[in-house]
Amino acid sequence: MSVAPIEIERTEPAEGVSAVVEPDVPWVTLVHNDPVNLMSYVTYVFQSYFGYSKDKAHKLMLDVHHKGRAVVSSGTREEMERDVQAMHGYGLWATLTQDRG
Amino acid sequence: MAGRFEALAGGGAAVALDDVEISILRSLAVQLMELIGPGDEPAADADPLAALFAEGPSEPPSDPALRRLFPDAYGDDTEELRAAASDFRRYTENDLRARKREDALVVVRALDSLSAEAAGEGGAVLKLGPDESRAWLGTLNDLRLTIGTRLEVSDDEESERLYRLPDSDPRKPMVMAYLWLGALQESLVETLLPS
Repeated sequence: MSVAPIEIERTEPAEGVSAVVEPDVPWVTLVHNDPVNLMSYVTYVFQSYFGYSKDKAHKLMLDVHHKGRAVVSSGTREEMERDVQAMHGYGLWATLTQDRG
Repeated sequence: MAGRFEALAGGGAAVALDDVEISILRSLAVQLMELIGPGDEPAADADPLAALFAEGPSEPPSDPALRRLFPDAYGDDTEELRAAASDFRRYTENDLRARKREDALVVVRALDSLSAEAAGEGGAVLKLGPDESRAWLGTLNDLRLTIGTRLEVSDDEESERLYRLPDSDPRKPMVMAYLWLGALQESLVETLLPS
C-alpha cells in the first residue's frame, strides 16, 4: 500500500514561509542528470509513468542529459510530491520546486 | 557474460544465464536487500495499526549509495526547503524502501527457482512475466546506482575512464559487474518500451 505524503501544518512564523511558498505560483518536478542511469531507461520512465509519447520522452531525456536537468511535470505541490516520489521509486534523481519562470 | 533479454510473445522477457551469472546476480540482489535494510517489521504481538502510522527517518542516510537511492525531494537552499525535504522523507522513505526490497525479493526468488533448473545443466533460460520484468528492471537499476556510487562514477568522462581500467586494478571486478548489469538492463528496457 502506498502512503501519500502528508502536509504538516507548520508552526513557524508566517513571513518565513511566505518567502518560499507563494500560493499562486505553480510547482514543477525537476529531473537531474546523473552519470549512471541509462538514457533508454530514463526515456522508458518518462513514457511509462507520465504517458508521454516516445518523441517527447526522448526530448526530455536529452534535455536532462545536456542541460543538467529538465522540468518533467507541473501542477500543485501535492501532485509534484507524488511525481517526485514516483521518480525516486524508479531511481531517478528528482526534486520539486516552485516555478518562478 | 553476454546474455541479453529478449521480448517474449505475449509480454515478458527471457534471458539465458549460466551458473556463475545466476550466483553473481543473486549475491548482488541479496546485498542490495541488506543495504536497504530489514525494514521495521512490527513484532508479532504489536498493534498492527501502529505500523501504518510509523514515521520514517527525517534525515538523509549517511551511506552515499543509500543517499542516492533515497534522495532529498527539495533543494537545500533554505531552512524551509530543508524542513519540507525532511517531512517528505518521514512520510515516504519507509514505503520506498519496502518497494525496493520487494523488487529485489522477486529477483532472488526467480533466480532460486532458476538455479534448481540450471543444476547439472550449467545454465538455464530465465523467463519473466511483465510484472516480474518491471521488478527486475528496478532492481538492476538500484544495483547500478549502488555500484556506480561505490565506484564514484561522477560524470560521463569518469565512466569512460572506468571502461579502460587495467586488469590489475582492484576495481576491475566491480566495473565488470557494473557494465554487465548495464547491458542486461539496457536489453530489458528494450523489451518494455511502449512502441
